[in-house]
Amino acid sequence: MSLSVIYAILFYAATLLLIVGVTRKIIIYARTPAPLKIPTTPAPLTKSGVAWRLTKEVVFFRSLFNANKWIWLFGWLFHVGLLLVLLRHLRYVTEPVWTWVVLLQPFGKYAAFAMLFGLFGLWARRFLVDRIRYITSPSDHLMLMLLIGIGLSGLGMTYIDHTDIVSMKTFMLGLMYFDLQPMPSNPFLIVHLSLVVTLMIIFPISKLIHAPGLFFSPTRNQVDDARDVRHVAGWTAK
Amino acid sequence: MADFEVPELKEYPVIPLIQEGSMAHSKPYVAKPEHQKSVGYPGELLDNWQEVAINKMGELVKGSRALQVFLDTCVKCGACTDKCHYFLGTADPKNMPVARQDLFRAVYRRYFTFAGKFFPKLVGAVDLTKEVLDQWYSYFHQCSQCRRCSVFCPYGIDTAEISMAAREILDSVGVGQKYCNEILGKVHVIGNNLGLPKRALVDTMEGLEEDIKDETGLDVRVPVDQKGADVLLITPSADFFAEPHIDGLIGYAKVFHQAGISWTVSSYASEAANFSMFIGSNDNLKKAAMRIRDAAYDLGVKRIVVGECGHAWRVAYSFWNTLIGPMDFLDKQYPMPSHIVEVTHDLIKRGALKIDKEANDHRRITFHDSCNVARGSRMGNIPGGQFILPREVIKSCANHFFDMAPETIHENTFCCGGGGGLLTDDLMELRIKGAAPRMQALKQVVDEHGVDTFVAICAICKTQFAKSLPYYDYSMDMITSLHQIVGDSLILGPTE
Repeated sequence: MSLSVIYAILFYAATLLLIVGVTRKIIIYARTPAPLKIPTTPAPLTKSGVAWRLTKEVVFFRSLFNANKWIWLFGWLFHVGLLLVLLRHLRYVTEPVWTWVVLLQPFGKYAAFAMLFGLFGLWARRFLVDRIRYITSPSDHLMLMLLIGIGLSGLGMTYIDHTDIVSMKTFMLGLMYFDLQPMPSNPFLIVHLSLVVTLMIIFPISKLIHAPGLFFSPTRNQVDDARDVRHVAGWTAK
Repeated sequence: MADFEVPELKEYPVIPLIQEGSMAHSKPYVAKPEHQKSVGYPGELLDNWQEVAINKMGELVKGSRALQVFLDTCVKCGACTDKCHYFLGTADPKNMPVARQDLFRAVYRRYFTFAGKFFPKLVGAVDLTKEVLDQWYSYFHQCSQCRRCSVFCPYGIDTAEISMAAREILDSVGVGQKYCNEILGKVHVIGNNLGLPKRALVDTMEGLEEDIKDETGLDVRVPVDQKGADVLLITPSADFFAEPHIDGLIGYAKVFHQAGISWTVSSYASEAANFSMFIGSNDNLKKAAMRIRDAAYDLGVKRIVVGECGHAWRVAYSFWNTLIGPMDFLDKQYPMPSHIVEVTHDLIKRGALKIDKEANDHRRITFHDSCNVARGSRMGNIPGGQFILPREVIKSCANHFFDMAPETIHENTFCCGGGGGLLTDDLMELRIKGAAPRMQALKQVVDEHGVDTFVAICAICKTQFAKSLPYYDYSMDMITSLHQIVGDSLILGPTE
């Protein structure tokens, strides 16, 4: 039972830090003025055009595709894989499981491999390409190790040492309804959850904040209408 | 010819292996106390410079969403690492955009983030020491703020914004760059980068009128301070005296003459360039722009047209409305401001100019997209008009036009190597090496199509190429103003 208590506390704390941290960052981004018009042109002339530009960035990683096909391939596979895996995990916190999550189940399983393939590719580049080796900090390696660790420990539960998934789900639902239930003590599960908690904690205070950051990037989210609409903010509004 | 190795142009472009510290020695002359003071900065390095710099950094980040987002979101993916012309030309890894940003980001993290305060080694955060400040001075003066990296970054991180902020901090602690600050001081006092007073300007323009008369037999005017003219032309002062810039100015004069548009330059605001952008100085940016508003108002013009200048067009197109707008005294039917290429393009499309394309048959032409025009502005009314209009103008005036490789034009264009306040002799090695990627692309169209005319619409590009072309065994005469092509093909005289 003590294991359940420790992980319950960790989960609540990590969730709180994640939500507060990300919200705080988003508020800072939204409140910081963009005093001048600096879209990287050619840029859309309308707001809907900007929405489409951002959609292409978020869904297809368009700029990265134009920049470097290898980074794009590994990066895109990792992110799409991660998304599918996360959606698949909804089954552990919903009862009854939503139909579309059930339908996703087979894809979600293979997505884990795509995610790991992408991560290993990205990590390999940090050793093999001299330019990328030069710009890599210890934290860049650690974050990749963290994500790889999450992926491998997850696969461990699927293919090597099955955890008692029914009691795991009971534990998770218990967390959600503040009704603590025992957590199964599978070693893969303990590693998996510890790493996930770590990821949640560092997300708002690391480069992982790039996810919401993209939406606030002035070079991408500004409309090219400087001659038609007078833009002022911050020091230019004084 | 040079005391450094000029990059060799290969069959195909090659990404170099990194050579650490290969450009660590490069730094421009430091501004003298009088230059610093003329633009509102302390004359020499302050005793408490570190404190002032950190405070300034905090203030800048708080005031700029771009800085805040760019400093946080870089994931070190490496997409930008092979995109900077200075990296490609020098192989110095600190010239990779992400590494250049990291010089700034490492300090930001140390003083403003949780991870950097408590785990500096882990996230690569460093104290702002004198050594770091010196590195800033060197490498933030190896960025031409061309924004090519921002095209490829998945988050749109624009190193130009970071390099502007770094230079503003350097200025604020008393270590400015001589070239930019001295020039900007002249703009504030005299009205142009050259320090050319009104008398000299009027003499020059009269000489120009005589030259055109000798060439064409016509009285084509180049007016100064003519009240009540329709158009105020704001053009880089290099257009008044430098080659090949001046042939562009003659081209504008011929276009205005033939279209029957009355125009004038102003002796008070005789400069399109606004180097305040290069040094990231908000106060100076607004102050220099305000001279233009005042001149337009005093002269009573209907519209402002900007001549061939890259960063000036970015400032005019993207910032004027914000800084010195709204200009309600201008005629609203014209875009404020208009680019000279927009004016000429419109006249050609409307059939208002008679063109003899064969007058340019001796030329085989390519066009260099200037970075600030390509990635920081627009022409016309569709995205990418800044690529279409100049090419349409050239093709309307000449029969032989050949574009360079697609990955080196339009928004992918390579900087000339001299932009962003680096067009100074004390940075010649950087300028020549930084020109290599553009020269590589030029070589291809020279070899394949016999191109002999290299057209640009930016005063800095023109000066830089006139200097760099000979290092790569091309003639400096290749570089040509777009409006020289126009002027040479224009049929002047009465229209039926």
